[in-house]
Amino acid sequence: MKRKLDDSKPLFLQIKDRIEDQIVNRQLKEHEQIPSTTQLVNFYKVNHLTVAKGVNLLVEEGIVYKKRGVGMFVAEGAREKLLKQRRERFVDEYVVPLVEEAGKLGISDEEIFQLIKEIKGSEKDV
Amino acid sequence: MFDIQFENVCVTFGETEALKNINLHLEGGKIYGLIGRNGAGKTTLLSLLASYREPDSGKITVNGQKPFENPEIMPEITFIYEKDYSDESEKVKGLLDAAERYRPRFDRKYAEELLTRFGIPLDKPAKSLSKGKKAALNVTLGLANRTEVTIFDEAYLGMDAPTREIFYRALMEDYTDHPRTFILSTHLVSEMDYLFEEVVILHKGQILLKEPVEELLEQARAVTGTREKVNEFISDMKVLETQELGGVKRAVMYGKLSEEKMKKAEQLELEFETISLQDLFIHLTSEANPDA
Repeated sequence: MKRKLDDSKPLFLQIKDRIEDQIVNRQLKEHEQIPSTTQLVNFYKVNHLTVAKGVNLLVEEGIVYKKRGVGMFVAEGAREKLLKQRRERFVDEYVVPLVEEAGKLGISDEEIFQLIKEIKGSEKDV
Repeated sequence: MFDIQFENVCVTFGETEALKNINLHLEGGKIYGLIGRNGAGKTTLLSLLASYREPDSGKITVNGQKPFENPEIMPEITFIYEKDYSDESEKVKGLLDAAERYRPRFDRKYAEELLTRFGIPLDKPAKSLSKGKKAALNVTLGLANRTEVTIFDEAYLGMDAPTREIFYRALMEDYTDHPRTFILSTHLVSEMDYLFEEVVILHKGQILLKEPVEELLEQARAVTGTREKVNEFISDMKVLETQELGGVKRAVMYGKLSEEKMKKAEQLELEFETISLQDLFIHLTSEANPDA
């Protein structure tokens, strides 16, 4: 788990992303308790107001739910919901820039496919 | 929760005006960072709050009352600073006994737990502890007092980095379980900034600013680009510092950016970076800064 946050986007969104990653990677399962605000503050060295802002967004989006006096828990179906969101974003965040950049560099579709195959092949070797 | 109010507070030492017309309102229940350069007046300000002295003029109220020699307020304010325990032959246990008598909310069990975390034995005289352990004992008493207002004035002095980390964690945990007002006065801005909800910068005896940290940092940024384009962009901004390397210029700015200004930055192909509280503090209080 990466501890260092960067300044590429607001910290509260990065906190939200990190928790989402843990849900997507199955490190946090449905109805499991997510780390408390204090734990997140101490781990990421980010102010508790910032942490709360990120976590509250997860509550609003129905990814986690609150049990009063106990803490926050992963909602049922949270992972599927996140995967769906990410698939939708995949096109905008990865495919569109890839195609645009390839166009600028004059890389053909054939070459793109070839590169993807090569990368996937080398991953298998690892 | 105790609100704290300073109204036109002045303190003078001989010819020196240590505090000049301080107006400050600290809402109860938050963690404040009090930062300022050496001699800015931090300890003077805090010792007023702890009723170690009275202001020469102006008014201080805590929970609506004057704190000085006030038996309702004084037991609810803890002032922890680098204390000299070299003459303290009392054992650690005895110091806990004393705190238990004087502090209405002192949590003995919690104090003993913390001492264990810091590795401090109860049966040793305070004066025999190492410098770092003395500081740890000091902050333990500060936390376990659970007073409405707790002031840590450079309380970490002498602690090594792992001990400071235990302190920061304990502070955050105890604040979550028992919300109250903390004032942390420090030079270690970069190490402690994540604990602060609001920051108060004191400079040359005056309040330079008091703002929520997040809002403050949203207004501070560095902009980088070619010299001409950066110059064009910063002409109507408050600039704290500039650096040039070849034809590239980087300017640290402070102030809200309008949407128009953001569009302009995009047109000029400028890059933004966020600034840490430590850097902002350095720029705002630097001698080179005409407004400082």
